[in-house]
Amino acid sequence: MYDPASAIKGKQAVFEAHPENAAVKALADLATDAKFDRAELTITVARENIVAAAKAVQQAGYNFLEDVTAVDWYPTEPRFQISYSILSHKLKERVRLVVRLDGEDAALDSITSVWPSANFYEREVFDLFGVHFGGHPNLRRIMMPEDWKGHPLRKDYPVEGYR
Amino acid sequence: MTPPVEELTGVTAIDPGIDDLIANSARNRQNPPSKDQTMIINMGPQHPSTHGVLRLVIEVDGETIVGLAPDIGYLHTGIEKTCEAKFYQQVVPMTDRIDYLCPMTNNLAYCLAVEKLLGLEIPERAQYLRVLFNELTRIQSHLVWLGTHAMDIGALTVFLYCFREREDLLRIFEAVAGQRMMTSYVRVGGLSLEPPRDIYDKIRTFLKNFPAHVEEYEGLLQTNPIWMNRLKGVGYLSAADAIALGVTGPPLRASGVDFDVRRDMPYSGYEKFQFNVPVSDVGDVWARYIVRMQEFRESVKICLQALDGLPEGHIVADAPKIILPNREQMKTQMESLIHHFKIVTEGFGVPAGEATSSVEAPHGMMNYYVVSDGTAKPYRVHMRNPGFATLQALETMCKGRLLADVVAVIGSIDIVLGEIDR
Repeated sequence: MYDPASAIKGKQAVFEAHPENAAVKALADLATDAKFDRAELTITVARENIVAAAKAVQQAGYNFLEDVTAVDWYPTEPRFQISYSILSHKLKERVRLVVRLDGEDAALDSITSVWPSANFYEREVFDLFGVHFGGHPNLRRIMMPEDWKGHPLRKDYPVEGYR
Repeated sequence: MTPPVEELTGVTAIDPGIDDLIANSARNRQNPPSKDQTMIINMGPQHPSTHGVLRLVIEVDGETIVGLAPDIGYLHTGIEKTCEAKFYQQVVPMTDRIDYLCPMTNNLAYCLAVEKLLGLEIPERAQYLRVLFNELTRIQSHLVWLGTHAMDIGALTVFLYCFREREDLLRIFEAVAGQRMMTSYVRVGGLSLEPPRDIYDKIRTFLKNFPAHVEEYEGLLQTNPIWMNRLKGVGYLSAADAIALGVTGPPLRASGVDFDVRRDMPYSGYEKFQFNVPVSDVGDVWARYIVRMQEFRESVKICLQALDGLPEGHIVADAPKIILPNREQMKTQMESLIHHFKIVTEGFGVPAGEATSSVEAPHGMMNYYVVSDGTAKPYRVHMRNPGFATLQALETMCKGRLLADVVAVIGSIDIVLGEIDR
C-alpha cells in the first residue's frame, strides 16, 4: 500500500535526492517548489516563467508535450493548478510542470511557441476551466458550443441539473 | 501546386481555426477573379468517412487543399465531470465509452493510475491476463481501422473479412467479460472475473488462424494498384512535425520515431515479453498502413507468450477493503460481507495525491491523470487521448494534397471521435 512518508516534498529535498535528473538540472533557477511522489517528478514554476521553463526542459531532452490540463481547487486559493505533462523519448522519463493561478486572475502565457501541440490542449483548458492563455493563436471554445455560458469543469459548476 | 514539404515546419502548422480560415478566404475572394481564388468546403459532421461526427472546414484551390480546420465537440458528454461525482470503482464503466474500440485499454489505463495512487501490487496472473486482453483489443481495434480505412478508399470487400475476425474476438470478450464491447473487465486491483476454462483454447485457435487472415488482407490490398496509388506518398508527416504536433502511436512510428510505451516505459509486466516495434521512416499513409499490419503480427506474438507463460494464482490483489470479495466468501464470512457493504455504499478512500498512467493504446499513447483529495471520489480525472492530439496534425498532412486524399489521411490516423470529444 502507498506510504505517504515515501513522498519527497520541497524544492531542496527533491533537488538533493535527484541531482542527476535532467529536469532538475534544467530548472534549478526557475523552480519554486518540487515534489517526488509515487515515482513522479512534479516541479512548480511561477506563472511568468512557464514559457522559459518549457524551453529549458525542452533543451534538456524532454522533447514531447503530452498533455496540458488543469485542476480546480475551489474554494482554496491559488485556485487553479495547470499541469503540463512532458515526456522525453530519449531519457524515457516524464516530468510534470505545475503553475498555480489565483481564481481572480486566471491567466498565463501560452506555450504554443515552444510546442505547437499545446494549441488544442490549451483551448480545452480555456473552454472547460476558463483559464486564459496569452499569445495563443486561436483561443476559442473547442468542446462546448461557441455560445455556451460558464466553464463546466470548474468545481462551482453543478454536475447535474440546470445551471 | 503542391508546396514542398520542407516548408511545413511545426511552428507554422498551428491549426488556424475555422473563423480565421473563412476570413482569409473571404479576403481572397475580394480579389479580381484570378487563379488565386479559393473556396470553402464543409465536410461533415455527418460524413461516412469521418468515423463519427468530425467536421472539417476545408479551403480548396481547385482540388488542392490550402487550409483545413477541424471542428470537434459534437460527441462531448462531459465524462471528466461525471467521473468527479462517482466512486473510484464506478468510473471504470465510463472509461469503456471514451474509446469504444479499445475498452480494455481504457480500463487498464484508468486502473493503473488509481493503483499507483493506492500503491497496490497486482498479482502476476492478473498482469498477464491484462496484457493478453489488451493485445486482443489492439487486434480488434486495428481490424476496425483496416476495414473502415479500406472501405473509405473504395475497397469494400476487406471490411467484411475484417469484421468476420472481429466477430470471433468479440465472442471471446463476451465469454470473458459478459459484454461484447463495453467490457469493464479490468478493475481497480485486478480483473472482474476469472476467465472461463475453455476460453484459452478458443483464443489459441484464433491466434493460430489469424496470421493467415492478415496475409489474406494483404493479398486483397497490397497487390491492388488503386490501393497503392491512393496511399503511397499521401499525407506525409515528418518526424519533427509529428513530435511538435503531439502525434503518438502508429502514426509517430510511421514517421520514423522509434518510441513505444510498452517497450520503453513498460507497464503491467510488458517488460517480460519479447516483441518488435515496427517503425518506418517514410511518413506517409502507406507507412502507417504497413506499421499497423506489422503490429497485428507482433500482437499475436505477445498473446501467445502471455498464454504460454500464464502463471497460476489470484486475479485480484490482496486488499479486502478495496476489492469486492467473491460471492462465496461474501455469503459465508461476516467480514467479507461487511467489506462488500462498505465498498458498495461508501466506496474506498484513496490517499491524496496525483498520478499519471501511460499505456500504448491501439491509436497511440493514452494517459490518465487522476487527482485524489483523500475521499472515495476522484477529485479530477483527465484523459490524454491520442486522437485529440493527432487531429492537430491533420492540416500538415493534408495541405497541398487533393481533396480526396483527406479521406485517406483520416483513415490512416485512425481517429475515434468518442475519445477526442469525451
